[in-house]
Amino acid sequence: MAAEGKTIDALSQFELTHAFGPIGAAVNFTQSNAHMLVASVVIVLVMIMGMAPRAVVPGRFQALAETFYEFVENLVIGQVGHEGKRYFPFVFALFMFVLFGNVLGLFPYAFTYTSHIAVTFGLAFLVFLVTTIVALALHGKKFFGYFFPEGAPLWLAPIIVPVEVVSYLSRPISLSVRLFANMVAGHVLLKVFATFVVLLGGLGIVGPLLAVLPLSVNVLLVGFELLVAFLQAYVFAILTSIYLHDAVHLH
Amino acid sequence: MMKRMTLAGVTAALYSLGAQAMAATVAPGGLEAQSVAAAEASGGGMPQLDFGNPLMLAQVVWLLIIFGVLYYALANIALPRVASVLDERRNRIEGDLEAARAAKAEADAAMEAHRAATARARAESQTAIAEATQSAQADAAARSAALNERLSQQIEAAEARINAARDTAMGALREVATDTANALVQRLSGIKNETAVSAAVQRELATQGKA
Repeated sequence: MAAEGKTIDALSQFELTHAFGPIGAAVNFTQSNAHMLVASVVIVLVMIMGMAPRAVVPGRFQALAETFYEFVENLVIGQVGHEGKRYFPFVFALFMFVLFGNVLGLFPYAFTYTSHIAVTFGLAFLVFLVTTIVALALHGKKFFGYFFPEGAPLWLAPIIVPVEVVSYLSRPISLSVRLFANMVAGHVLLKVFATFVVLLGGLGIVGPLLAVLPLSVNVLLVGFELLVAFLQAYVFAILTSIYLHDAVHLH
Repeated sequence: MMKRMTLAGVTAALYSLGAQAMAATVAPGGLEAQSVAAAEASGGGMPQLDFGNPLMLAQVVWLLIIFGVLYYALANIALPRVASVLDERRNRIEGDLEAARAAKAEADAAMEAHRAATARARAESQTAIAEATQSAQADAAARSAALNERLSQQIEAAEARINAARDTAMGALREVATDTANALVQRLSGIKNETAVSAAVQRELATQGKA
């Protein structure tokens, strides 16, 4: 997070590069994917090693793994109901992948893969596909009744149906843009204030004194970004659960 | 020249900052403004929107592969372990609760038995006391009756004795009175009429109610 020269370059942090040297370059493995890999390995390790003691009274590490598990489980069951247990691993994987991606991105020199619209849209489109397939598999043709609520007057169909269809199709867009925009905004802000620190620090004697201001802003921002990282993962998971609820119950 | 560039950078950054704040709060609407402003600051577009970059597609392909593997590992290895530990704990807690409930029921039953035994013992002792009291009362009544009987017999005997004594005394009194009256009459008048004196004494005693 250093200023490139004397201008503010808040966006180069999002540029994709190759990871793992020539092997990575050969298969176009980006540093973004490398961070996904790290996050996934950490997630699996936390869950498996945390639960390794299988203690009845959990230690801290096991309590952490159990807290993740029960948090998402309660979220899924609260939104979808007990028939939603089947989809719990999917929501759990999404929640952890987004959460660890967001938090991992806050470490210095780390890349935030959730700050790429292609990644967030990929995940959101996956959610869209899964919910639609679940709805079709459970309800067949009745699923299309979802776009026209029961009891609405028939002559309103030309208005209601397009609105419902558009709102259904826009779900992956809103889901992906929300996460993407939050992460980009946070990281750009961090970068901008970090650059202020460097620029002000170079302004003679008073510079370092003034530089304390953007630095303290950045300290606060990191805390705020931690909150946003968790909140956005939570929002992503809860919206997925809500969409799954609609797919399972069709209303 | 350097200072001017710095100043320009700062203004651009401030402008971009406003757009960031907007983007952070309103999301999609402010996003274009942000990307435009940021583009002005850095001299290029957002790398995230550079869909011509072959790395972009590669990133998504790798994302799907990595996420698929993560999902598989979580769904088939990691999460079942957590579930089994949580189930084990739930069962154990339920078992403990069950045992505690059984122990409580047992204690309640024992308490009930104890209470019943206490009540029975109290009732038994009450009857025993009542019986003892009754028999003691009967005994006492019988004894007092016997005593009364004996006393009344004694009283009767004593009365009979007293009556007899009085009769004798009364008889002796008439004799003494008659003798005394005879002696007095003889001494005073010289007349000796025992039959008249005796009748007079008899009459006098009768009038006094002492015969």
